[in-house]
Amino acid sequence: MNRKKHWYDYLWIWSILYFTLGFFNILFAWLGMIDFLLPMLLAIFGGNKFFCNHLCGRGQLFTVLGKTCKCSRQKPAPGWLSSKWFRYGFLIFFLTMFGNILYQTYLVYGGAASLREVVKLFWTFRVPWDWAYTAGTTADWVAQFSFGFYSLMLTSTLIGLIVMLLYRPRTWCSFCPMGSMTQLICKLKHHNQMPE
Amino acid sequence: MASKRYAQVNRERCVSCGACTHECPRDAIHVWKGCFALVDSDLCVGCGRCQRTCPANCIDMKEREAAV
Ligand code: SF4
Ligand code: SF4
Ligand code: SF4
Repeated sequence: MNRKKHWYDYLWIWSILYFTLGFFNILFAWLGMIDFLLPMLLAIFGGNKFFCNHLCGRGQLFTVLGKTCKCSRQKPAPGWLSSKWFRYGFLIFFLTMFGNILYQTYLVYGGAASLREVVKLFWTFRVPWDWAYTAGTTADWVAQFSFGFYSLMLTSTLIGLIVMLLYRPRTWCSFCPMGSMTQLICKLKHHNQMPE
Repeated sequence: MASKRYAQVNRERCVSCGACTHECPRDAIHVWKGCFALVDSDLCVGCGRCQRTCPANCIDMKEREAAV
């Protein structure tokens, strides 16, 4: 509430900055790996969700837009959205899609496929994004991964914004793959010391 | 004087996102080791802010037992 603000309470700005940078130069997409690795490292070695609880710019962005800017209906989401089978199902789907990005990157690396300068939204719609990359700036596979990863980040943020509008600001967090994965790690780590 | 109601988290459904912890005026709700949120019922004033913000809708308001 009226607690002292920390520097990390402003990380929602990072979230906006990330997509802006990637809009102009797709190679910045790689920076998103921080949002992938940091929560995992904190969960594996720290046994906590400090990332979700304090550092995640995306979760903060949904709070800023949904709560502070009132862009949310503030209605409870349907229960299945935060049910275990949906959360873990979505996690598996997400990891499969991430695996596919790695595979596409590998194909380009090996010369079996050529670089595609597109951002794919909702795993379906191809949006030309060729202004964000000048061919030859880096190895093609580095750029291919950028396009794939940026697509994944943008798609998940768009889904998050939709459920923020429809339900509560941080509804995305109830089925976010990173959130599910880090919680799972914490539960495995602490399973024999649960309180009460 | 303790409030009539207090918050209780359904641990099975909590996704440990921490949204509730940022809402509580009494700092009465915390995420326990990344697993689920826990309410300190002695501190809780039953305002229901955490309940209204929880994206998994997994917080219930309970009536306190009559004073002993
Ligand atoms: S659940 Fe996902 S979006 Fe929400 S705070 Fe955690 S990592 Fe960020
Ligand atoms: S807001 Fe809900 S789901 Fe998130 S930590 Fe609190 S009780 Fe759990
Ligand atoms: S009901 Fe109010 S005082 Fe109690 S834990 Fe929730 S936000 Fe805090």
